[in-house]
Amino acid sequence: MFFTYLRRELRRRRKAALVIALGLALGIGLVITVNSASAGMQVAQGKVLQSLYGLGTDMTVTKAAAAQGSTGATGRPKFNFGATTDSKEQSSDQVMVQGFESLPSTVVSQVAGQKGVDDAVGGLSLRVLKVSGQFDWGQVKQGQTTGGGRGGGGAQPPSEVQGGGAQFDVNNYSVYGVDVAKPALGPLTSSKITSGTSFTSAQSNTAVAVLDSSYAKENKLAVGGTLTIKAVKYKVIGIATADSGDSAANVYIPLTQAQTLAGAKDKVTTVYVKATDSQQIDGVKSAIQNNVPGTTVTTSADLASTVSGSLATASDLATNLGKWLSIAVLIAAFLVAGLLTSSAVSRRVREFGTLKALGWKSRRVTGQVMGEALVNGLIGGVLGIALGLGGAYLITAISPTLTASVASGGGGGGGFGGGPGRQAATKALDIALTAPVSLGTIGLSVGLAVAGGLIAGTFGGWRASRLRPADALRRVE
Amino acid sequence: MYQLTGVTKHYRRGKDTVEALRGVDLTIEDGDQLVIQGPTGGGKSTLLQMLGALDRPTEGSVEFDGVDLARLGEAKLTRMRAENIGFIFQSFNLMPTLTAQENVETALVPMGVKPAERRRLAVEALESVGLDERLSHLPSELSGGQQQRVAIARALVKKPKVLLADEPTGNLDEATRDDIMGLLEGLWRERGLTFILVTHDSAIAKRAPRLATIRKGRVTVTERVLAT
Repeated sequence: MFFTYLRRELRRRRKAALVIALGLALGIGLVITVNSASAGMQVAQGKVLQSLYGLGTDMTVTKAAAAQGSTGATGRPKFNFGATTDSKEQSSDQVMVQGFESLPSTVVSQVAGQKGVDDAVGGLSLRVLKVSGQFDWGQVKQGQTTGGGRGGGGAQPPSEVQGGGAQFDVNNYSVYGVDVAKPALGPLTSSKITSGTSFTSAQSNTAVAVLDSSYAKENKLAVGGTLTIKAVKYKVIGIATADSGDSAANVYIPLTQAQTLAGAKDKVTTVYVKATDSQQIDGVKSAIQNNVPGTTVTTSADLASTVSGSLATASDLATNLGKWLSIAVLIAAFLVAGLLTSSAVSRRVREFGTLKALGWKSRRVTGQVMGEALVNGLIGGVLGIALGLGGAYLITAISPTLTASVASGGGGGGGFGGGPGRQAATKALDIALTAPVSLGTIGLSVGLAVAGGLIAGTFGGWRASRLRPADALRRVE
Repeated sequence: MYQLTGVTKHYRRGKDTVEALRGVDLTIEDGDQLVIQGPTGGGKSTLLQMLGALDRPTEGSVEFDGVDLARLGEAKLTRMRAENIGFIFQSFNLMPTLTAQENVETALVPMGVKPAERRRLAVEALESVGLDERLSHLPSELSGGQQQRVAIARALVKKPKVLLADEPTGNLDEATRDDIMGLLEGLWRERGLTFILVTHDSAIAKRAPRLATIRKGRVTVTERVLAT
């Protein structure tokens, strides 16, 4: 009887049921869309951070910022070109440690030994400035003798240099020294090897290189080719393509090779740290900061707060406006559902009064009203989920491009390390926004639908339970 | 058996207090037929609600089989209604979305009758009022007389001790009125029910063996010996 009565009543009052369901659907759909867009923004932010950190890195350790001006000009690059008598192309590479700041390699094992650290790996970020070109000698031309005449006593005209000059090309690119023994951690993990191979542990001091695909294309380099840095010829063994945005570096070489190139023996610029428990990152950060002096520890959360651009704006919008709009619509939908259910009970006073006169307990009558409201809520939930999935699908289909700007700091490709005196850099990435809908979001929607139904049912049920059969029947006389 | 002693009922209507019943004393034996007649607003329906355990008196007692209904809790009153009292209303009060058979079944729901048995009893009750061809019709598909027959079947399906009818023919034409009254009187005789009927209709009142006239909340009972 319960289900028969419920089904028939819902069919009879389908317009009211539809209004209630649509109200709830709107609220629930909005919650799903906002939630999935927020999730998409988190994914986008994760991609931005991953492009800096690489996969699996929970934090980076860099040298603590030095006092302003203390770095001086000692690291300023100098180029020496010899003078030659013939027109000849000359080239000079300057290899500098990114940001001129480095840590001793022993820091890596020190960090690895901290409680809560699963693994740590060092990397050396370098910047290469290649200046190549040629000098052309000018031609000395003798001036014409003026006033020559008798006795040949004319003055010798001044000679002048004509032509000559210099034409130089400056090429600036980043090189990253990778610990080939630990390929699972570090900046190269944010790229995929799309051609050739990656490093093997046997190549710790071999002149081999993996190139970023964009850099390789730009310089017409391929697997098997050769790249010369500071007169050292590196064999290209692989091409890596960044998973999203920019790659961490243009060229990756084994760490020992990088240290030799930069004259930075046993030095690293960044230590990549993986924690044993991602929930304990703050504790690990404190432990490193306390136990390894002179370092700056940067977590994903720290870095996330530096993300700016349209991604950050959209994220703020989803978090603030989207969340409150969803809550407001949901509250309005719940109220409307409650009032409509209550009003429906008022129109059914005689019906419920008659049932009570027949001996139906108040609980049974209230249950009937609650049941109808709950079904309305569930219909609203189904419509809302469909609406929300549609919204999320639309966002994913349109894939609006969001720009994220993030300070990549002195760690170069290897993470954050900014501070005074560092060579700060801002990395801009374009990320296509998606709106993934999680099972949790669907679960939340079902919960909201049930809650909406129960709230509406409580309004109506409360009214129905308070009906006295005599009053109910008297009112319609 | 009903025993009403000094039953008074006051209502609040805005700032005013309406005295619907004033010190009513009345005895109704099992198997009696009592017709209650009186002008509109005289207290007929209020008296019927007291008898039907739908309302409690402001003062006095309404005893049914020795139990004072005024002192029973809501749950016991509900159970008492479910088991002992069948109601028939002027406007039929059928559930518009349920079929004739389902409407009759609603009276058996509070008694915990199993669905199959409920269906069987409902069909039997509808057959007894001549509606076995209209089991699956909605109230909107039935005439006024047919709807009242469904209501009668609903009132009688649980085999109550008392049948309370509030203007059961008030919305029916003359021919249907006689038809319905004939049916009700036949069922009363056949089943030995206590039958209490509220009506405006003098023609019906004349046929009653016992007539309670109610004016301004006071009841006067007239006993009559009718020719059989």
